[in-house]
Amino acid sequence: MSAILALNGKRFGSWARTASQQTVTPITVLFVLLFVSAWFIIGPVFVSSSNLGNILVRAVALGFVAIGQTFVILGGSFDLSVPWVVSLSAVTAAVVMQGRTAWLVPGILAALTVSALVGLANGLLVTKLRVNAFIATLAMSLVLEGLLSSSFSQAVGAVPVGMQAFAYQGIGPVPWAAWLFFATAVGAWWILRSSRFGAHLYAVGGSRAIARQAGVRSDRVLVAAHIMCSVLSGVAGVFLASRLGAGSTTIGPDGVYDLYSIAAVVLGGTALLGGEGGVVGSVIAVFVLATLDNIFTQLSIDPYVIEVVRGSIMIVAVVAYGLRLRKRAQA
Amino acid sequence: MNRVRSAIAGAPIYTILVASIVLIIVADPSFASPGSFLVFVVQPAAAAMILAAGEVVVLITGEFDVSIGSLVTVVVLAAAALLRGESSGLWWVLVLLAGIGLTVGLTNGILSTVLGVPSFIATLGMQLVLAGGIFLFTGGAPAGSLPSTFSFLGDGSFFGVPVLGTLPYAVIVLVPIGALLIWILHHTDFGHQVFAVGSNPRAAALSGVSVTRVKIGAFLVSGVCAVVGGILIGGFGGVSPTAGQGLEFQAIAAAVLGGAVLGGGKGSVLGAMAGALTLECLFTVITVYGLPDPLRYAVQGAALMAAAAYSARRLQLGGFSSHRRVSSAEKGVVGIEQEG
Repeated sequence: MSAILALNGKRFGSWARTASQQTVTPITVLFVLLFVSAWFIIGPVFVSSSNLGNILVRAVALGFVAIGQTFVILGGSFDLSVPWVVSLSAVTAAVVMQGRTAWLVPGILAALTVSALVGLANGLLVTKLRVNAFIATLAMSLVLEGLLSSSFSQAVGAVPVGMQAFAYQGIGPVPWAAWLFFATAVGAWWILRSSRFGAHLYAVGGSRAIARQAGVRSDRVLVAAHIMCSVLSGVAGVFLASRLGAGSTTIGPDGVYDLYSIAAVVLGGTALLGGEGGVVGSVIAVFVLATLDNIFTQLSIDPYVIEVVRGSIMIVAVVAYGLRLRKRAQA
Repeated sequence: MNRVRSAIAGAPIYTILVASIVLIIVADPSFASPGSFLVFVVQPAAAAMILAAGEVVVLITGEFDVSIGSLVTVVVLAAAALLRGESSGLWWVLVLLAGIGLTVGLTNGILSTVLGVPSFIATLGMQLVLAGGIFLFTGGAPAGSLPSTFSFLGDGSFFGVPVLGTLPYAVIVLVPIGALLIWILHHTDFGHQVFAVGSNPRAAALSGVSVTRVKIGAFLVSGVCAVVGGILIGGFGGVSPTAGQGLEFQAIAAAVLGGAVLGGGKGSVLGAMAGALTLECLFTVITVYGLPDPLRYAVQGAALMAAAAYSARRLQLGGFSSHRRVSSAEKGVVGIEQEG
């Protein structure tokens, strides 16, 4: 028992912290290299405030989802239902608001509530019914896809004009949504670093059984992580609806948020099997992906080449990560 | 024989299959004739059944292959672009397609074993690379077309067959391939090793099974099945950039419905094929009852949740299942000793 506690002591405190510091370095270097070389290749247009704004907007939607995905993956789970939660939230917000300013707050609340319910269902499937997270959230996304596509046409509802300010206006070139995103990132970082929930999440991700033996309510922690992930995806959905001015059933899957959020988390140095990593890496990785997208657009590269490059980057990142783990194990 | 009986007991899939067939026949009695059942249900399901049979081998080793949907698209689009409606060079194209399937399988296998990339991520990356690659090759839109010498397997039939009336070629392809896969997975040393590796990789490795080789073998099987499935789908569904979309998840759903457990060690080819046929039957139920078509996704999702929750519960309750997993691991070991 003392061995278990000692192991958990490591998981609970310093170990998780140093791990997250170690893993952020490569992705930061990658980001800086990418940014500087883009500046050289594309020229001053790349760092114009309008273009930086473009990168930021691209990063915000994926960023919310990726922060949520980081929580779930740290806890040793997975969420493949995020794209359809994004759509569900965008459609709910737009349908409730119907362009009426008075219904703005109820619309947002409704969108986030249904998102939270999906997260709750995912969490209960994974913990209480012990369904593999991959299958549970895949099944959830199929159910959402079926229900959304059979109940709504592609574009539905409307978002009031005032709401569009959330996506388009702010302080200087930085829209309110981006400020909210930064605040969320800082909040998530604090939760993982300093709160009891964060410590428990690392413990559960390290080993659900050991965490339970050490007195952590593993199931509750995981359900909470799933709810957070879905709510953050819901926020991304509201943001996208306010950019679009309406809800759309395909807005989530069009953004391929499942794959890209997982890619961002992995690129950011979080272990796919949980228990190690952090939100800072994911956020920087989101900016890497957004910058890459922007460079591709600027150089008007064939979208199919982009897909090949993205796929290869993902594989290379994970291979590099695996090799580094092996080296660390040998050292 | 015992294993077959336990597989049937372990998966309620056969009951669900019969129930959904009854539902279809109640709504539209014309499905009751074997010929039209084969043409309207089994023929559309044939490719999915072969994909599920290949996928389940990978799932039993404890890995995932989510690249098969893209691989199907690659097969359909590459064949159309290379053949351009002509039969000349058909054999070379078939050889090339088989080569693509084996290369993809080998790459998936090496990435997820030697290089240690989680197979879900490795094959996801492969999915993106394949989809991007084929559209790059065809210039973004499907090009060319498939000659009838290629497409007859997917959409043609023998007519005037005694008892059945009509016998689709796809069914004639399906039966021997299914039988071959059942034999490989359930009656060869390789098959026993697949179960051993999935049940307990360390035990398998310690008793002399090359985990790497077995897993690469499983990915090769899955790759080849995807190519065969792609050939059928090209014939049946025509040349479309979305030919293979979502098929990887449908195959995983089918395998889980058929009793496969994610994480490895349990599953059967027959169960996976029955799972794929059941999904097609459920889709047909949606159509014959006049429900909106996108509901098929919801049905697929609900079926998947139910099947996975059911099998997780069985694993949790029955000490039996874990017992059986050990015994299949032992069988793998015995297989090796006999070999040596």
